[in-house]
Amino acid sequence: MSHPDQILAHGRVLRYSFPERAWHWVAGFSYVYLLLSGLAFWSPWLFWLAMILGGGQVSRMLHPFVGVVFAIAVAAMYNMWAGQMRITDVDKAWFSSVEHYARNEDEKMPPAGRYNAGQKSLFWGFVICMVLLLVTGIFMWIPQYFPWHSLLILRIATIIHASSALITIGLFMIHVYMGVFAERGAFGSVIRGDVSLQFARRYHPGWYEEITGQPASPKK
Amino acid sequence: MSQATLRVQRISGHAGTVPGEDAQREYTVCKLIDTTTCIGCKACEVACMDWNDLPFGETIFDNTYQTMPETRWNYWNLILFNEHEKEDGSLMWLMRKNQCMHCADPGCLAACPSDGAIVQYTNGIVDFQQANCIGCGYCITGCPFDIPKMNPQTHRVFKCTLCADRVSEALEPACIKSCPTGCLHFGSKDDMKDLAEKRAKQLREHYNFPNAGVYDPAGVGGTGVVYVLHDTTKPELYGGLPADPHISWTVKLWKGPLKWLGNAAMIGGLLGLFVHYLRFGPKARSEEDLEPHEGEQP
Repeated sequence: MSHPDQILAHGRVLRYSFPERAWHWVAGFSYVYLLLSGLAFWSPWLFWLAMILGGGQVSRMLHPFVGVVFAIAVAAMYNMWAGQMRITDVDKAWFSSVEHYARNEDEKMPPAGRYNAGQKSLFWGFVICMVLLLVTGIFMWIPQYFPWHSLLILRIATIIHASSALITIGLFMIHVYMGVFAERGAFGSVIRGDVSLQFARRYHPGWYEEITGQPASPKK
Repeated sequence: MSQATLRVQRISGHAGTVPGEDAQREYTVCKLIDTTTCIGCKACEVACMDWNDLPFGETIFDNTYQTMPETRWNYWNLILFNEHEKEDGSLMWLMRKNQCMHCADPGCLAACPSDGAIVQYTNGIVDFQQANCIGCGYCITGCPFDIPKMNPQTHRVFKCTLCADRVSEALEPACIKSCPTGCLHFGSKDDMKDLAEKRAKQLREHYNFPNAGVYDPAGVGGTGVVYVLHDTTKPELYGGLPADPHISWTVKLWKGPLKWLGNAAMIGGLLGLFVHYLRFGPKARSEEDLEPHEGEQP
């Protein structure tokens, strides 16, 4: 559970170590490629994306290999973070007041730990969809190597692959919105690794108390 | 593959209108296969390989006279041999020439994501354009007859073209030309249906086949290849010819409701996040802004 978060100079704290940041971006870049090439195969109106990525044949050839890279990155992130992503009672309370979170009324939120319930949901959503995408994707890639393969299994795999990809697109949009636009400081933390103590105190009070040993809201 | 005088009626994976759609007054062409006069000589198999310059491959002996268990990416025309025991104990030898059925409503074309990899000409021929094929294999999931096959080396999918190159030059397909018994016919769909119905009537009235009929399944909008069968109530006897072929529900779900739901959710999600930013903005203007706002609420 515990994480070697170092308090740095100038009121900052190291939130993401180099391996965490590196794996995040292996996943990030591979996911964007998978998203764009996958959308090209999803709709004729987006097939032009495949042209930008080098043509339909190249996209079709690379998509499964990049998918394997993404799966490895998700597995690495699972290995690093799964222990911190268990849903707690605070998370259940967080979910029931998620409306305040959406209205930027963060002071009305239960004290989230190192990850809030939304981040945990994103994590588990991606892990579950990744397993589905990997299993169905490998089957669609090389069905001839499975002696029990059948047309019906291939058809159902295609549907599951598309559906779980759509779910990840929803998660991805919220993730990028939160990290880049809504929470200033979050994007920097996954590039340079550190956030300010104020950031920790505001968005992750439980974590703030854990790393500083001081109460997050002295006024209460 | 040749488009010399053929106009395109439908295109796979294509956004927008189709250049040749309804542009020509043209006969829908049709191949008629009378299974009751087929002797299983395989001349059509040879003619198909010869005209289409398909390489000779290994044949598989499986205790039947069949050349191999199923069609291959480079073996488009295969006669299926089936021994059927009738109720009176006598034996019937059912032979069916299997190839692409050239559906009016082709599942392969519906499933294909690549612009122009599968086209349907105004004369009804469904043809694969391998130059545009990306090798995803979605067409294989779309076909109710399990016909398209992928070349594992090049990742391109192939199947019978109904000799579109010959037909565009006003020639009959190679298989038709080679048939020694006259069980294969080629012409307009109307003429072939007429001929097929006459033959089925003959079989019902003058031979002992009360269930003889024509196989032109409505589930796929009718086919560009129609069969005369001894017993049209049991097409499965002829090497698993489906009684009521449809585009699979998974393909319909995927290309229908799932696509619209997914598109609406993606566009709605983007709009929703944008509106959320307009309405509520960031949680703080900058990281430094966080401190002064601490505990501002009463």
